[in-house]
Parts: sequence; structure tokens; C-alpha cells
Amino acid sequence: MKAALFIPCYVDALFPEVAIATLELLERLGVEVDYPLDQTCCGQPMANSGCEKDAAATEQLFAKNFAGFDYIVAPSGSCTHHVREHLTAIPQTPAVAKVRRSTYELVEFVHDVLGVREFPWAEFRHTVGLHNGCASLRALRTAKMSEIQEPAFSKPMALLSKVKGIRFAMPERPDECCGFGGTFSVFEEPVSARMGYDKVNDHARAGAQYIVSADMSCLMHQKGCAERLGLPVKFIHIAQILNGTRS
Amino acid sequence: MKRIDHSEASSKFIKAKDHLEFHDKRLWDLRKKRDRESEHLPEWEELRTLASAIKEHTLTHLADYLEEFERNAIANGATVHWARDAAEHNQIVLDILEANGARTLVKAKSMLTDECEMRPFLETRGIEVMETDLGERIQQLDDEPPSHIVVPAVHKLRGDVARVFAEKIGTDPGNSDVHYLAESQRMHTRPYFLRAEAGMTGANFAVAETGTVVVCTNEGNADLSVNLPKLHIASIGVEKVIPKVEHLGVFVRMLSRSALGSPITQLTSHFRAPRPGARMHVILVDNGRVERLGMADFWPSLKCIRCGACMNTCPVYRRSGGLSYGATYSGPIGVIIDPTFNLRKFSLLPFASTLNGSCTSVCPVRINIHEQIYKWRQVIAERNQLPIVKQEAMRAAGKVLASPRLYRAAAEAANAGISTLPRMVMYNPLNAWGRQREVPDAPLLTFRQWYVKFRSPKQ
Repeated sequence: MKAALFIPCYVDALFPEVAIATLELLERLGVEVDYPLDQTCCGQPMANSGCEKDAAATEQLFAKNFAGFDYIVAPSGSCTHHVREHLTAIPQTPAVAKVRRSTYELVEFVHDVLGVREFPWAEFRHTVGLHNGCASLRALRTAKMSEIQEPAFSKPMALLSKVKGIRFAMPERPDECCGFGGTFSVFEEPVSARMGYDKVNDHARAGAQYIVSADMSCLMHQKGCAERLGLPVKFIHIAQILNGTRS
Repeated sequence: MKRIDHSEASSKFIKAKDHLEFHDKRLWDLRKKRDRESEHLPEWEELRTLASAIKEHTLTHLADYLEEFERNAIANGATVHWARDAAEHNQIVLDILEANGARTLVKAKSMLTDECEMRPFLETRGIEVMETDLGERIQQLDDEPPSHIVVPAVHKLRGDVARVFAEKIGTDPGNSDVHYLAESQRMHTRPYFLRAEAGMTGANFAVAETGTVVVCTNEGNADLSVNLPKLHIASIGVEKVIPKVEHLGVFVRMLSRSALGSPITQLTSHFRAPRPGARMHVILVDNGRVERLGMADFWPSLKCIRCGACMNTCPVYRRSGGLSYGATYSGPIGVIIDPTFNLRKFSLLPFASTLNGSCTSVCPVRINIHEQIYKWRQVIAERNQLPIVKQEAMRAAGKVLASPRLYRAAAEAANAGISTLPRMVMYNPLNAWGRQREVPDAPLLTFRQWYVKFRSPKQ
């Protein structure tokens, strides 16, 4: 199987280890990965700020870079959500429509498309708290929401529970937003930081040594909060654990 | 007109640590109780769908159902008035009071009368207005608007209430026992019920087929307000009408479960006709609702039954308090209806959200709240109401991210320590990121640089 790798701008610039783990994991799982070198961003930062017009050229570039692929995989729930639901600032040609419906978040790609449940190379002997980003949880529906009556399920948990040695800490409010929210994090800084503090404290109280997520933007914010608070909790992307990172 | 600055107001709210923690916990408890109560009904999600469908049907036949309600209310012996806006509403109330020689009005909770700013209007014209809902009365005595549509004084600790009551109704300032405070308010309010010439309620529902005004309360104050004076005025937003009594059951099962996590309110009062010798006036109020109904993206906000579940679950609301929104309606539902009253004044409110979507998931009538927040942001930008700094930052970001060359220069410069990317993605003039958070370390290579160096055969 062939797939294109979409690495969101902030992961490219600030968390290359997450992108490398995503690439290596997909390759381990037998996917032939193509990384279009002219990629930048999906347009979400502008569109979420109301500026769809300013997102149009970026969306056009995204559609051009990823045209023709049957699968486009990104280690980010919110970027995937943007591409699927909000990449609307440009004409919706058949090629654009195909790009939008072919874009997957990494966990759902591994869980639903590849159907993989075994990661024999993976071992993580730590207690982790799972953070589901809100776009992953409530838009992509990768896990049961606490607000909705439905049978329990969690795609990230289904994958992580196959990792050798891993233990889980259960925070009191697992579904509560951590307060990143893109530009919300700076334009609504007081509430954003307070939400982040509450989130990392909740995980720390539950005994998490690591907070793991499929959304690095949430983790970037939470890590900044935890470091400022001096909490001994660490942060890791789910791709890294599934790819065999030990610590 | 100056924009309401939610961020600045939230900063003050957060600094009062005890208040913040109480507020967050109290409302989160309501959310948890709501979860538990909804789990008792296996058909909960179906009820949400049904409630939404009934509201959508009604809103798409609104004129017909309002006229049916009017016909039946008149047949029951009520007088029906129509108010185009807040000013007309307030004048109608004043005219009714004056025609009946009423100088004192006891009133139950109504967000609509707050929306119309009725109390100050009447008070400056010599009418004494007594709020009889405990929370609403606390707020009236403290000269503050309600901070929550169901629990108006939820941002106050009992010590705050003891202070207000001591100052305004002469209670013991050292006694903050909740039973003492509630009893004091009750004893203070009783004489007003007995001497008021008029009583006022809002409405949770107006049933078209019977002309009935339905009011759901927990304190009994609405019933005292209606049944002691000889005059009852009910102010009703036009979106409150529902077709039949059988539909009421759907909403009554959901309202209090969503609001407070209790199966039903203590009282569900059906006011159908005036008592013998008494008069009943119903005022149907538009005040922008019909205009909202014509908005392709925003009309579903009219399905709202004012349960407050979206506020209780909202992580931003819980940490900023209702007063930080500077509007009658706060929290997620406020964010999507306030801009219809004044786009400029409330243009920052749709940005007081992380778009997490929890509000949409708890809404008993399935309003797509967070999607409407996203759409309001687009409207605000299109109409040039964004702050200049954000507008320019987004224009610049859009240019850089549309160009592989400019983007690479920015991303790689960030890693060389020249740092433009975090500014580009999360631009801010005052380094808001770093005020309470550490900035991520820049790695040696971007992923793209790593890929080109180690993986790409072509380069």
C-alpha cells in the first residue's frame, strides 16, 4: 500500500522526532510512504481564526501536493479534521474532494484502514495518561465521548494496550479540553493556560509519568504548562510509543 | 463601540482562586449529574433527535403556531400582545401595569426580561420590581446581571451572599449558613408577594394547541408571583412555542436533566387562563429572533430551551465566569447569539472557545454550537471586525504558508535560533505564550531537513 505523509507545520519545525516515528511506523507496517517535499500546512490556523480567505492559497498548495494519493496520513487529529470538514476556501473540484476524503489521522489509519493490532517491537514500561485531542475525540470520533450515550470504544487505547509493559493512569476528566485551541492559546491566554494547568495536574494526580496523545499541538501546550509548574510528567506522541520508543 | 474583552475579564476571574475553583467544580458537578441522569434513559440520544426535530418543525412553521397559540390564549381569556423589540416589550409591560394601577411587580426568573433590560426601564418609571428567584434576587441586590441562565449567582461564594444580604436586607454579616441566608431572603420576599399588584413570569414553553404558558421552576416563586396578585404578565420569546401538549413531555424530560442533573424541576406549572377575577396578559416578543430565523447558518440557535448544559460543560465558561462575556447570554449559547444583537460589541466572543465541541454533544436539542462558533468567526473576519493585529498576522501567515520557499525559510530559521515560526503560527504582540508556559525547544533539523538528508534519494 502506498500513502502520502502529511507532516503539519509545527511538527515539522518543532517535533521532527514525531514525524520520524510516524514515517518509520508506517514503513514497519508495510506502507510505502511518499513525502511531498513542497508541503507546508493545511490552512487551519487562518481558517480557525475566521480568515478562510487567507487560508485559500495554502489549501490550494495542500491540494496540489497531495493530489492523486489514495491515502494521506497525518499525525494530527485537528489538521485531519480541517482537511475533511473545513478545507472549503478553494473550489471543490473532484481532485480536491478526493484529497479531502483520502486524508486520515494516524491512529484511525492504523486502526481502521490497516487494521493492525500488534506491535511486537513496542515496549513502554511506564504509566501513561491518554489525552484525546478534541478534534480526534469529537470530530473524527476515535473514542467514546463522555457526553454521548454509546458503547465504550477507544481506537488509541486499542492500539496502546498492545504495547508491552504499558500501564494506564485514569485522570478524573479525561475528555476535558486542554485549552490549546490554536490561536486561542495566545488570544485567550489566561483561560488557555489555566485549562492546561488543570489538565496536567489531573494527569499527574492520577499517577501519569507520561501523557500520550495523537495530537502534538495539545502536547506542546501541556508540556509548556507542566514545565512552568515544575511537574515531573513527560510527553510523548502515540506514534513514538507504537514505533518502539522505550522512554 | 468598544469590543467586550473576554480575555481581560477572564484574567481577573482566574486570579480569584477560591472563586474560580468553586465555580469550575460546581458546574462540572452539574455536568456529571447530567451524565448520570441521561444514562438512566436508554432513549436519551433518540430524545435529543426528537426534541431537535420538533423544534425545527415548529421554527419552520413559526407564524402558524404563534397564531394558533394566540387564538387559543385569547379563547382562554388571556390578552395577547406582540412586541417587535425590547423597547416595545417594556412599554407594553408599563402600559399594562399603569392601566391596572400596579406599582409593585413580583417577578420570577426570565432571561428575556434581562435581554430587554426591563427592570431599569420600569424602576426609573416608578415601578418597584422584586426578583423572587433566589439567585436572581442575589444578583439584583448586588446590582449585577445573572452570570448563568439557570443558576444566576453561581459565581458567588456563600460569603459573598452573606455580604450582599447584610448590606441590603440586614442579615448578620458573620452568618454565611446557606439555610439562614435562604430563609432570610424568603422572609424578606414574602410581604412583597402579599402586597404586589402584579406578578410576572417568563415561559419555558408556550403550547399552541392549548394556549398554555408552561413555567418550570424549583422554588415555587413563580406560582406565588402568579397566584397572589390579580394580574399575571408572561413575557415569551417567539421561539418558545411548541405545537402540542404531547411534545411537552419530550422537553420536560430533558430540561432539568440537562440543566441540573435532576429528573424534573420541583414545579412544572401550566398557566392556561386567568383565575376568576384576575387578568392574564401574554407578550410575544421578537427582539431579533425573526431576523435570526432568516440566517442560513445561525437559525438553529433558536431551538435553544435555555437549559445551560453547554455552559456547564464549557471549559472556557467554567474558568471565566458568565460576567466575562459582557452580555445577557454567556457561554457557548451566548457566543452564537450575542453577535446577532451587536456584531462589533460581541466580535471577540466567538474566539472565547477552543472549538472543542463538548457543548454540541450535551445540547438536548442538538444545536451545532461549535460549528456555529466557527462560522461566526468567518462572518466577523469578512465584515472587518477582527482586531488589526490578528487580521495582519493571519494575512502574513497565509502568505508564508502558501509558499514552500518562504515556509522553509521560516521553519529553518526557527531552528537556527532566529525564531520566526512560533511567531508566525501563533502570532502575538506581547508574547502571550510564554507568560505562563515554556516555549518548546527548537530541534537541530526540521523533519524536512532530516528527510532530505537521510531519506530523499533525489537530493
